[in-house]
Amino acid sequence: MPKKIRVLIAKPGLDGHDRGAKVIARALRDAGMEVIYTGLRQTPEDIVEAAIQEDVDAIGLSCLSGAHMVLFPDVVKLLKKRRAGDILVAGGGIIPEDDVPKLKKAGIKAVFGPGTPLSDVVAFFQKAGKAKGA
Amino acid sequence: MTDAEDLKALEARLKRWEETSLKDSLKALPERRATFVTTSSRPVRRLYTPLDLAGKSAAERLGEPGEYPFTRGIHPTMYRGRLWTMRMFAGYGSAEDTNRRFKYLIDHGETGLSVAFDMPTLYGYDTDAKEAKGEFGTCGVAVSSLEDMEILFRGIDVGEVSTSMTINSPASVTWAMYLAMAEKRGVPLTKLRGTIQNDILKEYEAQKEWIFPPEASMRLVVDTFEFGAKQVPQWNTISISGYHIREAGATAAQELAFTLANGMEYVRWGIDRGLRVDDFAPRLSFFFNAHNDLFEEIAKYRAARRIWAREMRDTFAAKSPRSWLLRTHAQTAGVSLTAQQPEVNIVRTTIQALAAVLGGTQSLHTNSYDEAYQVPNEKAVRVALRTQQILAHESGVANTVDPLGGSYYLEALTDELEEEAYRTFDRIQELGGVIPAIRKGYFQQEIANSAYRYQREIEDKERTIVGVNDFVVDEQPEVERLKVSEASYRAQLERLKRTRKTRDAQKHARALDRLRNGCEGDDNTMPLILDAVRARATLGETCDVMREVFGVWEEPLLY
Repeated sequence: MPKKIRVLIAKPGLDGHDRGAKVIARALRDAGMEVIYTGLRQTPEDIVEAAIQEDVDAIGLSCLSGAHMVLFPDVVKLLKKRRAGDILVAGGGIIPEDDVPKLKKAGIKAVFGPGTPLSDVVAFFQKAGKAKGA
Repeated sequence: MTDAEDLKALEARLKRWEETSLKDSLKALPERRATFVTTSSRPVRRLYTPLDLAGKSAAERLGEPGEYPFTRGIHPTMYRGRLWTMRMFAGYGSAEDTNRRFKYLIDHGETGLSVAFDMPTLYGYDTDAKEAKGEFGTCGVAVSSLEDMEILFRGIDVGEVSTSMTINSPASVTWAMYLAMAEKRGVPLTKLRGTIQNDILKEYEAQKEWIFPPEASMRLVVDTFEFGAKQVPQWNTISISGYHIREAGATAAQELAFTLANGMEYVRWGIDRGLRVDDFAPRLSFFFNAHNDLFEEIAKYRAARRIWAREMRDTFAAKSPRSWLLRTHAQTAGVSLTAQQPEVNIVRTTIQALAAVLGGTQSLHTNSYDEAYQVPNEKAVRVALRTQQILAHESGVANTVDPLGGSYYLEALTDELEEEAYRTFDRIQELGGVIPAIRKGYFQQEIANSAYRYQREIEDKERTIVGVNDFVVDEQPEVERLKVSEASYRAQLERLKRTRKTRDAQKHARALDRLRNGCEGDDNTMPLILDAVRARATLGETCDVMREVFGVWEEPLLY
């Protein structure tokens, strides 16, 4: 049996809007992945620690408070520092269009805005998992 | 003929209609789908008639406007006497930035203020706290100190305007800052009008801006009831909010039931403290969502008023009709806004605002079309405010009281939502009450389930969202960016530094010590918090004292 894809869904910063993160967590689980949900108010350090401990293939970050430009890149930087740069990072939330290229440049592989079909998000993590040999 | 004979005759007529006209019509043109449902997936029948209301007395269910059970509205003349308050939720960046936005809104005809705070403020952190990294002013204004509060209301007559502040866990501190600001300007507290949201229960259930565990939080809330009733009699010390419950994914029925269950929990705590129900109940206010489904939303407001009036009168033995009134603010559904074809959001918001007005709201916020991207820019905010002005002055819906009262569909829906709310109250009771149900994750799981079902319906195209899963265009939306300036951030950090340096250190330390002692005992915390704020303690410092004494809540993890 192939190894299940493991994904960490995380809420960085203070933002309490968890509707999207929970819907994504459930959609990934229904698509057969192992999902670990961090809960709210995680620092980038907490998230990276959890990702390494849980040996995940990818991380999905959700932020609707507007703090994504600081918090998302911090997660990527810390992963590299911890030699876990092979863990892919995607993000979603209330993210203005002109922030998207900047986030991609900072190493966020995909940015999912409001109205993204769940199937697109599932496909991204499936591909991410396969690339890591899961 | 008697009513019973009328209904019998109607039944016969409908039977004939079904066997003839309807049957022929269905044969020629089958209906578009097997079942029709509301935004909350509630089944809707083909036709509603007096048979759906049979056996229920209109006098009991509706009453007259301004009279028990207030189904038709809380005032005898409703908007003929006074229009709803147009109250736009606003805040970003520094106190200076938001003060400018307030004045812009007032200049364009807004009639009440509503403050949106940034995330650190909502969690009781100062702008310079490490937890606040990246969050300054992004989704509201940063108010860390009394100075910030003074700047926020500079040039605005707080003795005249009513101000609503969306703040919960640290509400008593932020309110104390507002009171201290007014006091410094010589405006007596008895003249102040406004609202603090201060609804901690829905934070655990939905919005998740909690700090302390439930019991300590409830104590702080009741402290504000007690203090407000004596010192700030025109202030609404709570806005019991369904809005965020709905935004987190709940259905209309869940929003209604959870909100009223929370409301009754506050009343119980107030009574347990020894307060007289009629002393604090008139200052309880509400806040509901206005979502896409026009009739379901209108029914929700009407059912809410009826249930609240009954429970206050019969269960809690309130004697004053002021205690029976459910006065509410409404906001259009942020969650319904689409990033795709954003200008179409203006239409959605119009329909939602119409629902709130037809539902008899006392004040209204309309969302701006660019809010799936950012805190709104000036132009978008003005369009949103204009939407309310068109409803008020052009549409004619404000000309008569409860224009849809008596609609068979609306009345049946109102009754259905009411019945469902009572079933939910029973369920919460079985779980041991609101706080035990929060600890068990009941509300959180129910909301997550509804959110997921809604998303799946969109995904499976059972539900059409224009521009998202149908009527899609391939174009890059044009939204003018609103950016929080780096200069505002630096100025805010500077100001905080100055506050800490220039205040009377001894007075400050003594005030925080007294607050700590008060929190450890069972004094009312409000006067102590007010003293701390007067001694220029910051929001973060004041909340840190309470964090030390009360601890911090950890929520059950589920999805």
